[in-house]
Amino acid sequence: MSLSVKHLLGIKDLLPSDIALILKTAEKFKEVLQRPIKKVPTLRDTSIVNLFFENSTRTRISFELAEKRLSADTINFAASSSSVSKGETLIDTAKNILSMKVDMVVMRHSASGAPHFLANHINASIVNAGDGINEHPTQALLDAFSMTEKLGTVKGKKIAIIGDIMHSRVALSNIYCLTKLGAEVIVCGPPTLIPKHIESLGVKVSYDVKKTLAWCDVANVLRIQLERQNKPLFSSLREYSMYYGISKSLLDSVKKDIVIMHPGPINRGVELNSDVADSPNAIILDQVENGVAVRMAVLYLLAGKKDNLI
Amino acid sequence: MKALYSHQELDITLTRLAHQLIENHLDFSNTVIIGLQPRGVFLSDRIHQKLQFLLPDIQIPYGKLDITFYRDDFNSPGLLHQAQETQLDFSVAGKNVILIDDVLYTGRSIRAGLDALLDFGRPQHIELLVLIDRRFSREVPIQSDYIGMSVDVIDNQKVRVLWQENDGKDEVVMIAPKKIAHK
Repeated sequence: MSLSVKHLLGIKDLLPSDIALILKTAEKFKEVLQRPIKKVPTLRDTSIVNLFFENSTRTRISFELAEKRLSADTINFAASSSSVSKGETLIDTAKNILSMKVDMVVMRHSASGAPHFLANHINASIVNAGDGINEHPTQALLDAFSMTEKLGTVKGKKIAIIGDIMHSRVALSNIYCLTKLGAEVIVCGPPTLIPKHIESLGVKVSYDVKKTLAWCDVANVLRIQLERQNKPLFSSLREYSMYYGISKSLLDSVKKDIVIMHPGPINRGVELNSDVADSPNAIILDQVENGVAVRMAVLYLLAGKKDNLI
Repeated sequence: MKALYSHQELDITLTRLAHQLIENHLDFSNTVIIGLQPRGVFLSDRIHQKLQFLLPDIQIPYGKLDITFYRDDFNSPGLLHQAQETQLDFSVAGKNVILIDDVLYTGRSIRAGLDALLDFGRPQHIELLVLIDRRFSREVPIQSDYIGMSVDVIDNQKVRVLWQENDGKDEVVMIAPKKIAHK
């Protein structure tokens, strides 16, 4: 009973049984989080560093809470206030921190593949908290957990991922995770924001948001990642919102109960209108709540492999 | 595999344990029963059933507690345990708690169980009930208040309680070292 991997670099590397184990363990941690004392002593001999080379609110707080509720010692690192701004390399930064006897690294970086690179150079277990436009595995796991909680299962469900598929690491991790769990997935967005050959991952492509909504059980709506787009891919946010933004009137017109998800941060009025984001169909805050339990499960299962610890 | 106690002997012992609990707790007005996951809950199910049969007018609060996240052998190689369900929908603060597990061996599981229990509040009093007490093998100073049977076996032999609902029959068996390696 343990994971097949030493690091959590991406959902791509996980077996369906790994995903099932993480989700099952997360259920138990969710119960822990309902207790009067929301803390267990499991990782009290483990030190974890949160290496964040890119901004984050939810993921960072969620990881830190998960670590603290497992009784791990945590160290926070933000690139902007560190020696990285003095020109230190990634490997040097990591090796220096690890020489102070740190066991695990949670890492976010704007370069795709940065955690994979680091995994080849250091001994500690690495948890990818988002790397460039590649993967954001814990987000996909907590999305799958939240869908399972809401719908009973993910298998056989129809899931639409709507928005900036090209620049979203959440989209890629979700595609891997959902297809491994046996869901049907459609990605939907303007043609310029959908990568070529995405069908090879086992998903369908749609450019029509209304048809997509009429088809799906769950709509996972993604933010337009303007910070990663270095050329104009659509005319204006207003135009995007008119064609691909999800409003209450659009949802009403498909006459169907659809679960609305969003990994945050929401740009209200662009991809999602407030009347949808705050509606009972939206499980956006449940996703955030579940994030802590899912991350506790990931850290617990990775730390439990003794040979992982340096 | 050698049988130590049969179905009939087991049933007599369970009945005795239930009567002993009633002797000490009378109407169970401030007493709760908590079984330890994973295998203690088969025993606590039975004890709870016996008590409810003997005291049909009283609802005795009954919960299940998982101790996986409180174990002290978390980092031992190959020993990552699958967490089981914790089901405690009442407060233990100020209560008399009867903790139930099937086999008392090193005492470490009970130590973890006590830690886990205290995260749900501060009980007035905690008692331990076990079906099998493996004497002379304790690694921490923990003893049981209610004991079904005492068993003396050497360290690398394993004592296992089998239950009809899980293993197909009620029986207490001793497993020889060879078989453990196979498991």
